[in-house]
Amino acid sequence: MQCAQIQINYYYVGLWTGHDFHSQFPSFATCSKELKECSGHVFVDSVPEFCLPETELIDLSTVDVILISNYHCMMALPYITEHTGFTGTVYATEPTVQIGRLLMEELVNFIERVPKAQSASLWKNKDIQRLLPSPLKDAVEVSTWRRCYTMQEVNSALSKIQLVGYSQKIELFGAVQVTPLSSGYALGSSNWIIQSHYEKVSYVSGSSLLTTHPQPMDQASLKNSDVLVLTGLTQIPTANPDGMVGEFCSNLALTVRNGGNVLVPCYPSGVIYDLLECLYQYIDSAGLSNIPFYFISPVANSSLEFSQIFAEWLCHNKQTKVYLPEPPFPHAELIQTNKLKHYPSLHGDFSSDFRQPCVVFTGHPSLRFGDVVHFMELWGKSSLNTVIFTEPDFSYLEALAPYQPLAMKCIYCPIDTRLNFIQVSKLLKEVQPLHVVCPEQYTQPPPAQSHRMDLMIDCQPPAMSYRRAEVLALPFKRRYEKIEIMPELADSLVPMEIKPGISLATVSAVLHTKDNKHVLQPPPRPTQPTGGKKRKRASDDIPDCKVLKPLLSGSIPVEQFVQALEKHGFSDIKVEDTAKGHIVLLQEAETLIQIEEDSTHIICDNDEMLRVRLRDLVLKFLQKF
Amino acid sequence: MPPARPDTEYPGGRGHASSGHSLAPSAGSPAFWRDARRALGRVPPSVPAKIRQVARPGAGPEAAEGRGAGISSLIMDPECSQLLPALCSVLADPRQPVADDTCLEKLLDWFKTITEAGSSLLLLQENPCLLGLLCHVLKPQDLSPRVLSFSLRLAGMLAAQEDCFQYLQQGELLPRLFGEAGPLGGAAWTAPSVRSGWIQGLRSLARHPSALCFLADCGAVDTIFSLQGDSSLFVASAAGQLLVHILGLSLQGPAEGHPGLQTGDWPVCAQKIVSHIEESLRSAATPQITQALNVLTTTFGHCHDPWTQVLWGRLSPLVACLLEKDPVPAAHSLVDLLLSVARSPVLSSSSSGLWETLAQTLSHLSPTQAGPLALGILKLQECPQVLRAQAFAVLLQPLTCVLEATAQAPGLLDSLDGTGGASVTVDTLLPSKAACVGLLCRTLAHLELLQPLPQRPSPWPQAPLLGATVTILRLCSGSATPTSDAGGHLCAFLVGCVRVQRAALDFLGTLSQGTGPRELVTQVFAVLLEYLTSPDSSPTVLKKAFQATFRWLQSSPETPGCSDLDPHAHLFLRELLPVLPKRLCSPCWEVRDSGLEFLTQMIGRWGGQAGFRRALLASEVPELTEQLLRDPESYVRASAVAAMGQLSSQGLRVTPASPEHPGGQQKSLLAELLHILSTDSEGFPRRAVMHVFTQWLRDGHADVAGDTERFVARVLQVASQDLDWEVRAQGLELALVFLEQTLGRPSSHCPYAVTPPVAAPPSSLAQALRPLCRVQLFEFAFRALFDCDRPVAQKSCDLLLFLRAQTASYGGPQGSGSVPEVASVEAALQRWQAGDQGQPLGYLEPEVVVAVLRSMDLEGLRGALAESSDRVEKSPQSLLQDVLATVGALGEDEADCY
Repeated sequence: MQCAQIQINYYYVGLWTGHDFHSQFPSFATCSKELKECSGHVFVDSVPEFCLPETELIDLSTVDVILISNYHCMMALPYITEHTGFTGTVYATEPTVQIGRLLMEELVNFIERVPKAQSASLWKNKDIQRLLPSPLKDAVEVSTWRRCYTMQEVNSALSKIQLVGYSQKIELFGAVQVTPLSSGYALGSSNWIIQSHYEKVSYVSGSSLLTTHPQPMDQASLKNSDVLVLTGLTQIPTANPDGMVGEFCSNLALTVRNGGNVLVPCYPSGVIYDLLECLYQYIDSAGLSNIPFYFISPVANSSLEFSQIFAEWLCHNKQTKVYLPEPPFPHAELIQTNKLKHYPSLHGDFSSDFRQPCVVFTGHPSLRFGDVVHFMELWGKSSLNTVIFTEPDFSYLEALAPYQPLAMKCIYCPIDTRLNFIQVSKLLKEVQPLHVVCPEQYTQPPPAQSHRMDLMIDCQPPAMSYRRAEVLALPFKRRYEKIEIMPELADSLVPMEIKPGISLATVSAVLHTKDNKHVLQPPPRPTQPTGGKKRKRASDDIPDCKVLKPLLSGSIPVEQFVQALEKHGFSDIKVEDTAKGHIVLLQEAETLIQIEEDSTHIICDNDEMLRVRLRDLVLKFLQKF
Repeated sequence: MPPARPDTEYPGGRGHASSGHSLAPSAGSPAFWRDARRALGRVPPSVPAKIRQVARPGAGPEAAEGRGAGISSLIMDPECSQLLPALCSVLADPRQPVADDTCLEKLLDWFKTITEAGSSLLLLQENPCLLGLLCHVLKPQDLSPRVLSFSLRLAGMLAAQEDCFQYLQQGELLPRLFGEAGPLGGAAWTAPSVRSGWIQGLRSLARHPSALCFLADCGAVDTIFSLQGDSSLFVASAAGQLLVHILGLSLQGPAEGHPGLQTGDWPVCAQKIVSHIEESLRSAATPQITQALNVLTTTFGHCHDPWTQVLWGRLSPLVACLLEKDPVPAAHSLVDLLLSVARSPVLSSSSSGLWETLAQTLSHLSPTQAGPLALGILKLQECPQVLRAQAFAVLLQPLTCVLEATAQAPGLLDSLDGTGGASVTVDTLLPSKAACVGLLCRTLAHLELLQPLPQRPSPWPQAPLLGATVTILRLCSGSATPTSDAGGHLCAFLVGCVRVQRAALDFLGTLSQGTGPRELVTQVFAVLLEYLTSPDSSPTVLKKAFQATFRWLQSSPETPGCSDLDPHAHLFLRELLPVLPKRLCSPCWEVRDSGLEFLTQMIGRWGGQAGFRRALLASEVPELTEQLLRDPESYVRASAVAAMGQLSSQGLRVTPASPEHPGGQQKSLLAELLHILSTDSEGFPRRAVMHVFTQWLRDGHADVAGDTERFVARVLQVASQDLDWEVRAQGLELALVFLEQTLGRPSSHCPYAVTPPVAAPPSSLAQALRPLCRVQLFEFAFRALFDCDRPVAQKSCDLLLFLRAQTASYGGPQGSGSVPEVASVEAALQRWQAGDQGQPLGYLEPEVVVAVLRSMDLEGLRGALAESSDRVEKSPQSLLQDVLATVGALGEDEADCY
């Protein structure tokens, strides 16, 4: 069985909407139409393409199970389920699937709105690529990049997901049990426990200890782990989310007060819920009650509504609101009072309702496609306006590069609620796993801040780190398997107390193994010989049990044994000590008895009678059961 | 009145106690009284005969004569004397437990006042029920520990006077209370309150030589020794204090002038205590050493008699021995003792080895323990220079470590390290996060305390301290780039640590009092800007950063020739002003509030300077400040009101059309503030408005000067309706300013006020008072005079008295208002005083006002208001009644009468 958790990053190449750049690369004549230059940066003009999960190490068709941690890391699922021969099962929580679907739907929608006939491919030629400036020349596996999937593929991929709830135990082929636990990061986000009867591995990825909208992280269930695999920590460890939210609000208010508009490139779910909640509390104090907030996304309506119905996946405060009954998120009230309006796109109702100054939340946060592109075009030329980046996944400088020169103010307030290193340290102290396994990057300070010893995992024993494409042997061995004994077999056992508290019993049974479950069943009864058949076929003998020989235990006291031999008429007995025991030599009978800790050998020449006599003498000193 | 002593003449009165038959059995059980009679039956022969001639309350005309002499009333009110037997009976009755400890404490306070003012013996004889109570508590019964403790303390208090002590000794009451036979051996001793009462009783009792003998005889000193280790900290501490007291007492008196050169010549009691201390100091158990050190610390701290010199001479070798142990036991107590010795004028001047011991201690103690000792040494007035240098080096060690670990410029390091301290590495001094944070916070706090003192070390290493503080702040923010491993560890410990950030910013602010090299000052401003800009600065850190910034700006040198900011400060301000709007828009109200407070300070200091004005007007700050007048948080609104008041006073208010009111007419600030005063639901913004208005009136603000009378009338009208007494009181302040401006005032009355352009004094009184009448100032003041809040009434009374005094300075007919009109006003005022303030006075003619003012007993009213409103409730009589009432009501209701 192969079991993998797949996190999929996507890489973008440029998409141009409304820009027209003249080619300035005569040396790349062959692909000059694909390349565009802007303010000293080179971009590829193409349909967006996505970098797929690496498949060198794993043949995805042999993967049995995919466990999804949160909706942000399932974006490449259609590529796997639809194009790799994958036939396994995908497990995820319901909100993960629903919101993941929204994110994919938005992505597909954005891409399909601006169709382009062809992907740029000439620049991928290795000879050309290596001549291109960074970051194009550094792009990896460009030949494997693919165009976006379709909604059909999305639906097909999602249909392969099996829904699970927190703390639900899922049996995987009898070999292990997997259990999702709340990770506190997003609606339905999960950490996974993978355990057998004697081993426990926790996979902690994308977790948060902050009090935001999702159910708090379940730390208690992670205790007693043999190995804790830790990944998905905050991407911006130096940015405190609280401070960033403060910056976000202050900059938003300052811009709007000066008559400018605010553009917030964001995903349609996740941090936006928390931002709207903060703004709900803030707008009155900032005198922004009359400023409209617009949320534009093909899935805006679904996202806002879904968030209100997943009560059981929310934090305690929000859950209790449901029983009042009140909507758990205050954006319901913002919508009710017309302070927040949502639209599927900027065409249609939005254009008639649009009023400035305003605040617009829209995607895509990469600024390469989606409605955000239009707002960048519309507002980029005025210094009164501000674009505020909150999603930590993208470099805001790279995102803005094709829009230069830009007059509008740019503020970078990355809000990443995932664990930082201080929180990791607290978590590990609380959970106390025997071993921690994490990516190598987490075990040393960031290269740009090499003095920041606080920006690394510090635990005892030191974390085991792994690099890209490295295969790591986890530091435990499977020593035991659990075997069940059928009740009727158990009834037949006759335990004998060897030491106080320790009893032994011999078991004769058939070990039945199926789906990694081992069961001892009573042996089939010996077949009664039937009158008509005189001869049995050889194959019939196999299930028959031979006459059971008793098991022996105990040790043979040499002196007493010699006395016994003498008593039985043996004379001329000589005893020699060896490294492993003794040799009793019956010179007269030309026989040798070799007594060792776990074996006794009687060596005599062709005198079966003598051997049997001696054997019986030996057996007298041993216990039988 | 001198306190009555046993050997003084007592005033005459009817004797009643000699026969023991004249006790009035007014309350209590027969047994209770039998005990009292038995105890009183034997009046000691040493007591003068006249002691029996005591005025008895309510005992007829003779008694009244006695009271007429003024002695008896000082001892106890007759009403209280009458209530006392019932009280004693209640206390002695286990079936009527006293629920409230505070009653008993108050009763003891009262008895203390009485016994300090007069004869305790008289008190006992006048009130035999007290003796009855003391006898009664000795009986084996289920008495509450509180009452037992109370009785022990009362007995000690009474026995503080030697004649009373002997009187009680005659009945052998004291040994029964404090000796082995008393509660000491009983079950009640398990209650800490009883043990505490026992100690406090002895503490009161031990005032005279007889008491010392008693203590020795009843073996109390040994018990006190054991109580030093009591499980109750209060008891243990009190036991230590008592030992100090007994030691002091035993060495007082005859021995005082000639302390024995050897402790062997000392009284037995003192010798016993000293031996016990010695034994404890030799002990291997830290708690015992701590006890001994604490006793010595208290002794040397309170007593500077020559015998302390002998004591220290004997014990100092033992104390020095403690330093040889590793680790040094009871280090904190040892530090306290050594500092106490060093501060004692007797010991520090004579003790030859003291400075060496201090030096040795400094080097033996851990950095955390040595810090307080170093600070203490540096605070000493007289101290060898070498020791001071060593102490300063110890104090600076953590900062030296910081500089060392972050590889600062060698110059900085040398001047800190050059003070003589051994170089210590970060690993040993700051080994863990908790140790590092704790030590740095303490060091910074110690240095902050030291900086303003005249005896601070000189030369003061201003530059290295600045450098170290800036480095610590950078380590905390993560912006420092240490090159060594030690620096990296330090960074990991300190990054994001709010405690250290606060301590460092406080100290940085204090360092603004000194100067520093230009590049360091630049670094200071840079780090302050970093903190003010950083989104990660917590609200409390930000507040400290604002405070430090203001102090540094204040201390920056002014441009020659004008009082404007220097060019560097200007440059800083140019960078700071874009940050301020962001802070004023923060979602965290504490940040908005700190920002506004900072702004108000800045405008107050530099509002008149052209450079600052230009920079401020070019920013969004004034407009944002005005918007914060409508902030949902009341503290922010209050700060915004203060800031707007300043902005407007300095002519810095801008009125651009806001996005919310494009093209709309801006309300005048006066109208806006009046709106806040009339409608704001919280008191703070309304108080702030009143302060701004008062200041505006005082300064002759343009908005006010246009029509001052209308302004004052409107403000007083609104303020008089306010539910917050501070707003009403501030209204009176504003009224006073107006009054002074109208009538003219002697400049000495309020020296701190800025002298406004006062109109020429009007020629006649009526003319002078007319504006006051027009603004209805008198209606406001008279209402305030009967205000239910005393401060308002007092302020109004003062204002009216001032006004009356002012009117007296005018010549001509005064108070000639028509009689019916005056009478009607007076009638209205009487109704107001009675609580019916519905009817307004309407417009009053100046003559009527003067007449009413004359007729009013304002001095009497002021006297009445000066008395505490709870004077009746605080009287002893009320206390006794309350105790009795509480006990009586216990069955039905557990309510606390206090």
